[in-house]
Amino acid sequence: MDRLTSDLTPEFELIADWIAPNARVLDLGCGDGKLLAHLQRTRQTTGYGMELDPKKVVGAVERGINVIQSNLNSHDICHYFDQDSFDYVIMTQALQVVSRPDRMLDEMLSVGKQSIITFPNFAHWRNRAQLFFGGKMPQNTSLPNPWYNTPNIHLCTFSDFENLCEEKDIEVVARTVVNSKHQPTFAMRFAPNWLGEIALYQVQRKPEKI
Amino acid sequence: MSESIGLVAPETLHVTTPLDMVCGARLPQYDLTYETYGQLNADASNAVLICHALSGNHHVAGHYDEEKSQGWWDQYIGPGKPIDTNRFFVVCSNNLGGCHGSSGPASINPETGDVFGPDFPIVTCKDWVNSQNVLRDYLGIDAWAAVIGGSMGGMQVMQWAMDYPDRLRHALVIAAAPKLSAQNIAFNEVARRAIMTDPEFHHGRFIEAGTTPKRGLALARMLGHLTYLSDDMMGSKFGRELREGKLKYNFDVEFQVESYLRYQGEKFATKQNFDANTYLLMTKALDYFDPAAEFDNSLAKALAQTTAKFLVISFTSDWRFSPKRSQEIVKALLDNDADVTYAEINSKHGHDAFLLPNAHYEGVFRAYMQRIAAEHEEVA
Repeated sequence: MDRLTSDLTPEFELIADWIAPNARVLDLGCGDGKLLAHLQRTRQTTGYGMELDPKKVVGAVERGINVIQSNLNSHDICHYFDQDSFDYVIMTQALQVVSRPDRMLDEMLSVGKQSIITFPNFAHWRNRAQLFFGGKMPQNTSLPNPWYNTPNIHLCTFSDFENLCEEKDIEVVARTVVNSKHQPTFAMRFAPNWLGEIALYQVQRKPEKI
Repeated sequence: MSESIGLVAPETLHVTTPLDMVCGARLPQYDLTYETYGQLNADASNAVLICHALSGNHHVAGHYDEEKSQGWWDQYIGPGKPIDTNRFFVVCSNNLGGCHGSSGPASINPETGDVFGPDFPIVTCKDWVNSQNVLRDYLGIDAWAAVIGGSMGGMQVMQWAMDYPDRLRHALVIAAAPKLSAQNIAFNEVARRAIMTDPEFHHGRFIEAGTTPKRGLALARMLGHLTYLSDDMMGSKFGRELREGKLKYNFDVEFQVESYLRYQGEKFATKQNFDANTYLLMTKALDYFDPAAEFDNSLAKALAQTTAKFLVISFTSDWRFSPKRSQEIVKALLDNDADVTYAEINSKHGHDAFLLPNAHYEGVFRAYMQRIAAEHEEVA
């Protein structure tokens, strides 16, 4: 899976803050395993990464990550793992590239107790401005690809995502909104869906209603 | 950077401790022929064992003092290669029941002074592992850094991990399956019938009769060879190309693919002089392999006793042991929360891909072996 930004280290720091020590973690679209290696080092986590790209699989093996080469669109996740196998299922900057993000969420929250998802905000003011004033699909540093050739087939906004969670009875446990340098700004607190470029969500299934 | 290990020579270990075999027979003594490359380090922590496939043998890398004698996995074993002989001490033995030096149907039975022939006991994967464990002990290796094998060899690797969990740190299972499918067994049975119905088979006593069931063996090999190739690969290599440019409307060799298969069969049965009884034994050992059978047909339970870290590799166009079969192994390991890495290599070469050059395959293989080497080099 293609990641949108090259330097994800600050994002990894933010994710690590949410991970309990010794947790069991599954990283979907784990790339070359940098995040898992970071979590193993700083949080003593165990678990697996899943990745389709052959070169990135080699990179993950080089890092000593347990990587399962797999196409995330083929429902391998539920085939390979039982319910609640992981404390966290993580997907960084990849939800928008899978064929059915809604089903992906279901799968993630089936094999994991919680999920951590990061994605770019399509409703950031710069994207809105490009569409509104320029009349063109946004193309910028966080969305570098032209509309006709992009892995990002399901771009969404923070509001869209939160609506989907609501529909699916998924609880947002925590949310961090940042700019492309992974820094939160004061103004973002008041208008995250206008000013935030990237969001990190920690979600879980709502407890069954009695 | 990548070169051949060069001139190599086999050695033979004569074992006098009897081997109690799964079939109930007891081998009072036997030979194991093997080759080694590279240097065993001071604490014997850098040894890897290679397990060969159905028609393979101990000559896995380097060459002998004769033409065309390169080892069957020379592509991947040697100085600077994925299994780097500058870092690893590599061991490969001819499986018991084989015909390249280790005791087998073509050997003389020391008890009787006659050729074993059909009297050689039926061997299984477990027997191979038990006999190889004697070799491990003899070589002074407490635990293999890794046991590595493709196809049937991959099954043997799994057997090692299950039967001697403390005797290996990594298990590399390549182009294998947790057991044979009905189709796999069916192919083996046709191959066996081809051999056993050859008039020169003589109920397996063909050596005493001064002959070999060449036709049957060649047919068995042709059939086996088919299952190693992919439809796509045969299509691109031969297509419907004709040998003499036009159809002759008779039963001579007309298509190039016919010529190729006949050549492969002939070579196997005559030039390589493969023993027909060995072929029967090897296919049987494959048929019998089913570790889950002893554990309520649960592969996960069968693998629960393993402690090795696994690398499982499959090839997209392999229909003999397809990626799905490797995924079964991966799933069973994941059920045990085991350390496992799985790579599905894009290749058009079918089952044979595990022997052939491929950048992704080599990349994964090399990266994983470097990880293993780093473990023992860190300690040293």
